[in-house]
Amino acid sequence: MLTTQQLADIEQNPYKADFPLLAQNPDLTFLDSAATAQRPEVVLDAERTFYTTMNANPLRGLYRLSVEATEAIDEARKTIARFIGAVDEKGDPQGNQIVFTRNASESLNLVARTLGPKVVLGPDDEVVISIMEHHSNLIPWQQLCRATGAKLTYLRLDDDFRITPEEVAAKIGPHTKIVSVTQVSNVLGVQNDVKAIARRAHEVGAYMVVDGAQSVPHVPVNVRDLDCDLMAFSAHKLGGPMGIGVLWGKSEVLDAMPPFLTGGEMIDSVTETDAVWAPVPQKFEAGTQDAAGSFATKAAIDYLASKDMAKLEARERELATYLTDRLNDLPYVDVIGPKDGSRHVSAVAFNVRGVHPHDVASILDMSNVCIRAGHHCAQPLLNYLEVENRATCRASVAFYNDKADIDRLVEGLDKVWSIFGGAVDTKEA
Amino acid sequence: MDRSTPASLYNAQFMDHVAHPDYKYQMDDPTYTHYGVNPSCGDELTFSVKIGDDGRIEEAAYQGHGCAVSQASADMMSDLMVDKTPQEAIELCKLFGRMVRGEETDDSKLAALDEAASLKDVSHMPARVKCAELAWRTLEEMLENGSGEPGSTATASCTMPPHTHDGQE
Repeated sequence: MLTTQQLADIEQNPYKADFPLLAQNPDLTFLDSAATAQRPEVVLDAERTFYTTMNANPLRGLYRLSVEATEAIDEARKTIARFIGAVDEKGDPQGNQIVFTRNASESLNLVARTLGPKVVLGPDDEVVISIMEHHSNLIPWQQLCRATGAKLTYLRLDDDFRITPEEVAAKIGPHTKIVSVTQVSNVLGVQNDVKAIARRAHEVGAYMVVDGAQSVPHVPVNVRDLDCDLMAFSAHKLGGPMGIGVLWGKSEVLDAMPPFLTGGEMIDSVTETDAVWAPVPQKFEAGTQDAAGSFATKAAIDYLASKDMAKLEARERELATYLTDRLNDLPYVDVIGPKDGSRHVSAVAFNVRGVHPHDVASILDMSNVCIRAGHHCAQPLLNYLEVENRATCRASVAFYNDKADIDRLVEGLDKVWSIFGGAVDTKEA
Repeated sequence: MDRSTPASLYNAQFMDHVAHPDYKYQMDDPTYTHYGVNPSCGDELTFSVKIGDDGRIEEAAYQGHGCAVSQASADMMSDLMVDKTPQEAIELCKLFGRMVRGEETDDSKLAALDEAASLKDVSHMPARVKCAELAWRTLEEMLENGSGEPGSTATASCTMPPHTHDGQE
């Protein structure tokens, strides 16, 4: 439950005006930030600034423009590194630990395809993931295990949607070579103790990979503190452009991994029969990259920092709590996940009793309320939870939402029930 | 924003098919039975018809579960198909497909779909087209596969409509 002061806080919204799509559509209620965030104007300006003031192909040029473009990308790497705590003992950001990809999925595929061969998995080895993984942190490992004969082991949840220390100790053992777990579930909204999981992984000599796609935009993430080996996330969920993914890794881990894609800009030298790879991060960035997108990702992070990330996080916690509380209060709604709102990072999954989530989403759309409905790219989780139709509704908040957005969602759900309540009651009678 | 879901779709007539389906039951001795599924939604239905001595559809029925659009559409379709020849039924299935994909908008032609013409709004909801089409695709496939050998029961493999991914993140 929120205090009167907290309720008053989320009634205010000093952020919406910074987001052109939201500002231009005051009737729109956007509650699908877990799928993609809205972009602040400064991010759009940054894309334009790149192309209008420094457009040249980075890395290769010997002229001023290309050097500026290269420096802009290096600055972006440093900003991202600082944002996730990838700093050395002196606190200097480790930009060369930041690899740009297209999205978190590509980052995770890169890891599965290049860490996999390095580790050399066989039938006696295990890869451990959790049952709440998004398909992008599931299929790459599933296919790697199918190809190598290694065993794919799932960390499962207790009745309170937690991965218990006992489960971690039981599943991660001497045969485990790689552990890859999401920090925040894109369906349940719960946060996993990936620091404890990383500690266990390292005890048994396994690598620890973290899917940060849903955590980096919403909670303070410090890769040094977590002591993971690799982390994947995407720019578009934190207000940056679509098409930019990030892979962070410890230098010694990235250095030891072979390249993923080969070609231009990722080599030091090439002969007719062999090639010498460029150092990380270039080794993993074949071909011309979306430099403007990288530059705009820096703008997105600078924007979050300028608004005080801790303040934004606190606001998002309040919004998620208010959202969960309102849904819990609806007699015809079942929250799928913790009933305690404070355990939700941005996302809350729910179902309207007896109504397919796709119908719920369509009817909410009549009131311009945008939520996600379906399997959320987490079919094994929905099977595991035995949710009806193997699908749920999901509302997810960001700091640019406010109390009125959630109130409009609830009004829309009342409308769903006014249409369907009679039909559902009749069917059950 | 004028791109949102048309408010008219979930009307009283539509909801009556959801709450009180007339054709949702297990048929005895069907001529053909066919299973259809939308893997991305979890909509599933098994459709059955009985062909009479005059070669026309004498009885139509379905069983299954899924969203209201898929279920109401199946009930409306069943009602429409009674007394049609398999060839007429196939033509109506094709017409329905053209309607929900927005390729046929002429109301005088769509009148042949009777009540199912009220699902025209689905053409403005690309994500729901596969839901509305499920029953019709299942029936069309069943009749096209099975109409050469009336009297036999053709329980064919899954109808697999084009997969629409609904969770790209």
